[in-house]
Amino acid sequence: MKEVLIKPERCVGCKSCELACAVAHSRSRTLAGALTEKPAPRKRIYASQWESRKFPLNCRHCEEPLCVRVCPTGSMSKDRDTGVVSHQTALCLGCGMCELACPFGVIGRQAQGNIIVKCDRCPELEVPACVTACPTRALLFAEAGEILKSKREAVGEQLFAQAGKS
Amino acid sequence: MKIKSVDKASLKMLDKATAENISTAWERLTQQQPQCGFGELGICCRNCNMGPCRIDPFGQEPHEGVCGANADTIVTRNLLRMIAAGAAAHSDHGRDIATTLYEAVQGNAPDYPIKDETKLQTLAQECGIPVEGRSAREIALDLSGLALDEFGSRKGCLQLLERAPQKRKDLWAKLGITPRGIDREVVESMHRTHMGVDTDYVNLTLHGLRTSLSDGWGGSMWATELADVLFGTPQPVKGRCNLGVIKADQVNIILHGHEPTLSDIIVFAARDPELLAQARAAGASGINVCGMCCTGNEILMRHGVPVAGNFLQQELAIITGAVEAMIVDVQCIMPSLPQVASCYHTKIISTSPKAVFPGAEHVPFNEHNAMETAKKIVAMAIDNFPNRKPERVSIPNEEMQYMGGFSTEAIVEALGGSLDPLLEAVKSGAIQGIVGIVGCNNPKLVHDQEHLTLTRELIKNNILVVETGCAAIACAKAGLLLPEAAAEAGEGLGAVCRALGIPPVLHMGSCVDISRILVVASALANALNVDISDLPLAAAAPEWMSEKAVSIGAYAVASGIFTVLGLAPPILGSGNLTALLTAGAQDVVGATFAVETDPQAAAKLIVSHVGQKRRALGL
Repeated sequence: MKEVLIKPERCVGCKSCELACAVAHSRSRTLAGALTEKPAPRKRIYASQWESRKFPLNCRHCEEPLCVRVCPTGSMSKDRDTGVVSHQTALCLGCGMCELACPFGVIGRQAQGNIIVKCDRCPELEVPACVTACPTRALLFAEAGEILKSKREAVGEQLFAQAGKS
Repeated sequence: MKIKSVDKASLKMLDKATAENISTAWERLTQQQPQCGFGELGICCRNCNMGPCRIDPFGQEPHEGVCGANADTIVTRNLLRMIAAGAAAHSDHGRDIATTLYEAVQGNAPDYPIKDETKLQTLAQECGIPVEGRSAREIALDLSGLALDEFGSRKGCLQLLERAPQKRKDLWAKLGITPRGIDREVVESMHRTHMGVDTDYVNLTLHGLRTSLSDGWGGSMWATELADVLFGTPQPVKGRCNLGVIKADQVNIILHGHEPTLSDIIVFAARDPELLAQARAAGASGINVCGMCCTGNEILMRHGVPVAGNFLQQELAIITGAVEAMIVDVQCIMPSLPQVASCYHTKIISTSPKAVFPGAEHVPFNEHNAMETAKKIVAMAIDNFPNRKPERVSIPNEEMQYMGGFSTEAIVEALGGSLDPLLEAVKSGAIQGIVGIVGCNNPKLVHDQEHLTLTRELIKNNILVVETGCAAIACAKAGLLLPEAAAEAGEGLGAVCRALGIPPVLHMGSCVDISRILVVASALANALNVDISDLPLAAAAPEWMSEKAVSIGAYAVASGIFTVLGLAPPILGSGNLTALLTAGAQDVVGATFAVETDPQAAAKLIVSHVGQKRRALGL
């Protein structure tokens, strides 16, 4: 199944992904509407930085999710069919064990009430909002296999198209 | 974990800010990370409502905005607006000084007497205004009127541009970039960058150079010259600087902003015997007026008033807990000041209708009743003295002496009446060249470090350094503005400094006073019968942040001076514009920009450039 994959070299830190994510998780689903909502909608993807290098980071929907393992109420769970690790607000205590457990630091909180928010891979959209929003294609929605295959093809080009020249 | 500053006083106050949970520019910069790459590269356009548009920096779609503008157009339009904004700030300042003089000689500004009649006469004669048998008022009326006329469209030329070498004026005329009017060029910049007007990046750049010239040889130069007429032409003067000039036992007033029409008056208002008595009655031993940033430089140059610090220290001064009032007018004033001040008893008092800050107390200041308002403001500070909480006070003891006041006139006088000795020293190689180090601070870099490193490297290489603005304050705090600093200079420069009793780094004033550097450069070029671009000169803005700095860099390059910036401007999104400004400009205006973040490398670039110019002149 498709995942949100990252090309960090293409990230310019514009935070369009953050904006789109928050809007996609607002009640009105529009930027203008989302601006005045209370509580304010929250992003679930993070435009991050290490030294001068920028990159987006969101939930990896891990195969062996640590957040699911530590969640005391079962509000975090992994759907084995879709691969999505999803979070149910109704069961959430806001205890924060998932925040502590997540190795990627991509678990956030609601603006009011402190219940957890995390990436849900936009189940109502064909393509997650962050991917659609990214202006430089640093975020891709594809099967990992496709990406790996295109990398292999690129190697082929290097080997043969270059070799052809010399 | 990068250090924030090399200035101990600043580091102490940053620790205090952390302890007291007060955020400063440094924390806010961290909050802003990562900063948007489209903005950094200049490839974001918001000039019309079909946008906002962005160009892909990696060569893919979109290559153009909705209107069809490509990266070259978008980046260059954005740069032109930065130049226009910077030029507007300087030129509006110049207009204010000219207006004050104009009003004063008509009797509407009694607190602004003409303090330098000699300069008034010299300037008037230069401008073709008769002086024989005429009163200072009559001459000044004509002079200020002439200056004000240069802001519009009818006159069509700038008087003080005549000072430039003929070769340079001919080049500007050939390029079609001779400035025609001070406000006019700024207005045309805004017009050209409107949707659907100038699209060609070279054409836009040429007008950008013209707009910057209308600042350097127009707005800024009038600001300098007429401020000298009104407040006195600076002469060598000594004073003290850094946060240690704030005094625990006195009413501390910090003057921040730019225009001496405010700061000069307050300096004298605070000397009023009645106000001093009031201060003593409130329990203080006196009233301690200190400057900050450019207005600090104006009163430093003319009166040796202590300077509390430069741009990045404005919040830190308040954090000492010992400032009764920070009085501000325009430019470089952080909107965060009222927020920081609210953590203490400090009042932020705004004075200009052009610069109102939520959270500050606004006391409108104008030239008609200046002294009365000034005294009222000083009284507000005195009244605030009892509100100071001693347990919140911590004034760093770092304080340094400086020598400033090196106007062109003062330099000529120090040399014995003409620039010839300087020329001889340059010819003999005792002084290899002259470099202007100017500009702001920027929390993206280590505060003051870039200024100090570059200055020290250059003087070691026998290059005379002239400075203005926050750069000058940085070097003042490190003791480089003292004759004793000649010990850090190379043999040749050191000997000249010791012979004349001057520092190897000359403080020439505020940012508008970079016009003084243009005057010196012109005079040297005329003496050698060459163009400014032939001289062994360079300019550097190692820690720049403001749009004013962009205008200054542009007019320096347009005037033929190689200019090194410590941070890239937002132009890298256009390879063509970057190439034009860093290489192509050589064949157009005889000078280029360079960007070099490492000050040691910047020094090497400059030393090499200076050497090359010397060889070309046969020196």
